[in-house]
Amino acid sequence: MTIQDDAERRDLSSGDRMPGGLAPVRGFFEAHRSISVIVGMALVGLALPLVVMLPPFSTFQAGAAWMNNFTLAGVYILLALGLNIVVGLAGLLDLGYAAFFAIGSYTYAFGASPFSGLHIPFWPMLLIGALMAAIFGVLLGAPTLRLRGDYLAIVTLGFGEIVPIVFKNSDTYTRGTNGISSLYPPDLLGYRFSTIEILPFYIVMLLLVTLAMILIYRLQESRLGRSWMAIREDELAAASNGINTVTTKLLAFALGASTAGLAGVFSSAKLTFTGPDQFLFTVSFTVLAMVVLGGMGNIWGVALGAFILYMIQSVLLKGLNQFFDAVPVPILSDIDFVQYQFLLYGLALVSMMLLRPEGLFPSKRRRRELHTAAPGDDAAATPAQEAGGALQ
Amino acid sequence: MELSVLVQQFFNALTLGSIYALIALGYTMVYGIIELINFAHGDVFMVGAFTAFWLLTVPLALHGSVDNPVLLAGILLLIFTVVMVFMGIVGVVIERFAYRPLRNAPRLAPLLTAIGVSFILQNIIQVVFGSSPRRTPQIFGNDARFDLLGASISFRGVFIFLLALGLIFALQAFVGRTRLGRAMRSTAQDREAAQLMGVNINRTIAITFFIGSALAGAGGVVYGLHFGQIGFTIGFSAGLKAFTAAVLGGIGNTTGAALGGFFIGFVEVYSGQFGLFRWSEALVFAVLILVLVFRPSGLLGQPLTERA
Repeated sequence: MTIQDDAERRDLSSGDRMPGGLAPVRGFFEAHRSISVIVGMALVGLALPLVVMLPPFSTFQAGAAWMNNFTLAGVYILLALGLNIVVGLAGLLDLGYAAFFAIGSYTYAFGASPFSGLHIPFWPMLLIGALMAAIFGVLLGAPTLRLRGDYLAIVTLGFGEIVPIVFKNSDTYTRGTNGISSLYPPDLLGYRFSTIEILPFYIVMLLLVTLAMILIYRLQESRLGRSWMAIREDELAAASNGINTVTTKLLAFALGASTAGLAGVFSSAKLTFTGPDQFLFTVSFTVLAMVVLGGMGNIWGVALGAFILYMIQSVLLKGLNQFFDAVPVPILSDIDFVQYQFLLYGLALVSMMLLRPEGLFPSKRRRRELHTAAPGDDAAATPAQEAGGALQ
Repeated sequence: MELSVLVQQFFNALTLGSIYALIALGYTMVYGIIELINFAHGDVFMVGAFTAFWLLTVPLALHGSVDNPVLLAGILLLIFTVVMVFMGIVGVVIERFAYRPLRNAPRLAPLLTAIGVSFILQNIIQVVFGSSPRRTPQIFGNDARFDLLGASISFRGVFIFLLALGLIFALQAFVGRTRLGRAMRSTAQDREAAQLMGVNINRTIAITFFIGSALAGAGGVVYGLHFGQIGFTIGFSAGLKAFTAAVLGGIGNTTGAALGGFFIGFVEVYSGQFGLFRWSEALVFAVLILVLVFRPSGLLGQPLTERA
């Protein structure tokens, strides 16, 4: 077994080596994660506005609409990065993740809207929203993280259902189904963000995503991050090696929640509105599909997965509808493509799990973990087939 | 509160509880045997409700009540048989393609495929039957009722309760007394040892899925008959409540699941009665969280620990 492991490790490491002159560059970026994130995000942030001015994209929709989509995609990237801490790094299935998004969003609505009469600036609200979400994460996690992993999935699913119900039913405090509107947009040194001018929001979003990615990279390689992965791979072994599994899982939960809180504050400040229908189970599910598709545990992969799925959901499917409305093709014109969104996610989840459980852009460790289990399974399945039929 | 209202609500709770109990049995059986929370189970229930709707409206072309009791009995027998067999097959197919290949994979993997299957089923129904709710024909006449202590009890409700009770006892007998039932229990207890004793594991698990999904299908038929209106999202909340019932009763324990189903029915109906209608769902989930926190093994279940 160990020999096989070693052989595989050698295979993997040799496979990762880039040919020729790129190796030192790659080595530098692997050694300096924060710099690589900053450089990468700066390039992406500059490239996106330029790319959409070019023909195939510019004919599709106006540049401002693209930028708006990118900014909102950023909200989902933040959510996916946060859920990745919980699901990808610590291996805990959180199905009510939208609840923390909702808490962050409503925190901003309470802190900066004519409805509550308060006007706390956007920047401290980012921290407050993240903190509130983290507090609720701890409150929910503390009693439930002692349970088996799959019970946690159900508890979080229940929590994800309760939170929007509470916001919806507490009319006096949240204006119920109407939601809270005309929230104050952010201010910076006298400059007031407006819903018409998208660029400032885009830049803030880029900064937030960059910051989140750097922090999560740092966390992942810290003692805490390694403990998360140890728990994910074998909780019993992790506990035997002196890891306090409850505290470690609780931290994953709280940090994941706080990222969602951050996303919530940004999203409600950008939309200047928050309402209970924005946080239904479908949001949790979409983010989960993004994490799984991108590759659980791989930060760049998850961000890319979120970006791609968001673009498919909000641009491609609608675009297909418009396209086939204009160009009559017998069957395709009648199909409402947006309706198939969740079929797409469902199929993606099932086929990813069956065919490529490590995701499209896997982390090295995760791939090893998922693929070394396979030979053992075959060995276990053989006696079953031999024993089959004996019951008759 | 008047006695008649309490009695009326008692029967309403029994009917609602019957539906939850039928769904909860499938959750508990599947969890008992392969330790998987089958998130798609609620949607199997939903597909069952739509299959019954289709059978009633398209091949049978029924739109109102059926007053001839013999004919009514015949139709019910036909619908329940067809829907249960069909849903059983759907359950087996889901297990074969979405769960069996992942039986030895990390725990997260089958949970994720289960969620994926759940969304696939919902979307298929949404596309086929549309997003707006559909009216299931009320084949029980609305005036088929009798009075009890001032409450007006429908024969439909009595039928639903008796049917659920019958299916629950039939399942108990099957699991407890037949050879296949013994195979199921042994597989649940220790899969490898059962295998060594000659139990065909794959077939036993497939049968478990067949029975669980068939019961959920029956629950779906009952739901349509009782509420008269179905939509493609009913599986989500009904499934979550039924799962609560299964956990409450002690997951893996069929008696517990049935009792839990009735308990949840009572919580929901009486919370509505006492003016908490908008909160009844939140209340059920609060029950779930409280049970999991304070007594995760449920009322009748065995204590469970993380699998080593």
